[in-house]
Amino acid sequence: MAERKIRVLVAKPGLDGHDRGAKVVARALRDAGMEVIYTGLRQTPEMIAESALQEDVDAVGLSILSGAHMALVPRVLDLLRANGQENVRIFIGGIIPDEDTPRLLEMGVSGVYGPGTPTDTIVNDIRRSVLGSAEISE
Amino acid sequence: MDLAHAVLEGNRLALARLLTQVENGTVQGRQALEALFPHTGRAHLIGVTGPPGTGKSSLVNQLALQIRRSDPPRKVAIVAVDPSSPFTGGAILGDRVRMRDLSGDPGVFIRSMASRGSLGGLAHATSSVVQALDAAGFQVILIETVGAGQAEVDIARLAHTVLVVEAPGLGDDIQAIKAGILEIADILVINKADLSGVEATERALLSMLQLAHPAPRIFANQREHHHLAWDENPKDLESVETWIPPVQRTVAVEGDGVTELAGLIAQHVAYLQKTGGWEQREQARLQSELDELLRQALVRRWRDTVPEAHYTQVLQRLLDRQISPWQAVAELVNGGEA
Ligand SMILES: Nc1nc2c(ncn2[C@@H]2O[C@H](COP(=O)(O)OP(=O)(O)OP(=O)(O)O)[C@@H](O)[C@H]2O)c(=O)[nH]1
Ligand SMILES: [Mg+2]
Repeated sequence: MAERKIRVLVAKPGLDGHDRGAKVVARALRDAGMEVIYTGLRQTPEMIAESALQEDVDAVGLSILSGAHMALVPRVLDLLRANGQENVRIFIGGIIPDEDTPRLLEMGVSGVYGPGTPTDTIVNDIRRSVLGSAEISE
Repeated sequence: MDLAHAVLEGNRLALARLLTQVENGTVQGRQALEALFPHTGRAHLIGVTGPPGTGKSSLVNQLALQIRRSDPPRKVAIVAVDPSSPFTGGAILGDRVRMRDLSGDPGVFIRSMASRGSLGGLAHATSSVVQALDAAGFQVILIETVGAGQAEVDIARLAHTVLVVEAPGLGDDIQAIKAGILEIADILVINKADLSGVEATERALLSMLQLAHPAPRIFANQREHHHLAWDENPKDLESVETWIPPVQRTVAVEGDGVTELAGLIAQHVAYLQKTGGWEQREQARLQSELDELLRQALVRRWRDTVPEAHYTQVLQRLLDRQISPWQAVAELVNGGEA
């Protein structure tokens, strides 16, 4: 009976319009055997942190097209830490200028993916980082 | 950290982690549940089921808002179950999309669950997850499942009150409304009542209900429900012990009909309490849980006593049609005596 499933929250913070990319990634994660909690558009950092807590997810994937990533991401990270969820991995997808990527990684983001990244890459990175951290903490 | 203790103290992260342990069937989760068990049995469990896309999540959102606004406000937990892919074991759990109004309220806790290996719409662990939320002090627990096959029976066994949510266009065709789902309904909701075809759906539901409840029946609260009891007979006022599922129209996206629906739910609770139905449902639920655990334990214990070779040999004779399944069982359980 006992089985561990990787649980991932997929959210779209900010006010920009569509969530096609987020849905493609959500489907790829499901097809890789993960449980994806999909929360949809216009999520505030507070909503994202609250969902991540209630769902006890291993990872959070944020799709950000609005350019607001340098404001949104630190806020989400702070809220997760304040809730005691510093182990939750954060992955960012969307349109992120190259120079911002190292800064995001430095803040504690586990991966940044631009448009056209093969979903396999994202799936494998999430799996590796979640399962790797589980081994260490157990 | 003692998980059970932290949950009782209202620690939400501990609760979330406990639910994961329970879902994963770990020893730690089971021990915490055992410690929490004396604190269970207080919540009103409401099942919300029906065909895909009829607006169950939107309605759960509205009902939760309504319960939070009531005086005194009660704490609400929501368990939203969606099917796992039978091929990959993965799942997309999207019910939260319709529940954004509830965010930021510490009196609400929403948990999405995949059905995992379970055949029905309910996961094996759903009743344990509900127990944990009950112990954590949530007074109302709304359990959303897609109504399909076995799920209906499961949700009826788990919940005190079952809402079946239909929508126009799905329900006009009698074939589309499965009899099984009507049998478990305590309250029928026709959501999306803003769409055309509501009357046809309502007519179809009422006539199906009439088939399902043919005997003369009177509502628990005759005065308020006379329009729903088709076989009115004042002489039967003494035998007021049967509940006929009322039909309520709602527009979940607007909140229309939700106050009335909450009223019907309250009446159902009053009915259950007055007639002993509440205790009956509690007993049926715990008994079926006990029987299931017993069955698992006995099978496990019995398997330990049977040599693998003997089992394989009996199975082979069954496959070769030398013995029937009944004979195989007789041989495995009693060494051949039927
Ligand atoms: N017109 C109309 N649309 C509604 C109403 N209630 C819900 N919807 C819409 O119906 C769609 C499905 O709503 P959900 O609440 O997700 O339905 P559901 O039954 O939970 O769906 P599943 O969980 O996928 O089975 C959404 O687009 C809602 O906005 C309503 O009363 N009227
Ligand atoms: Mg839903």
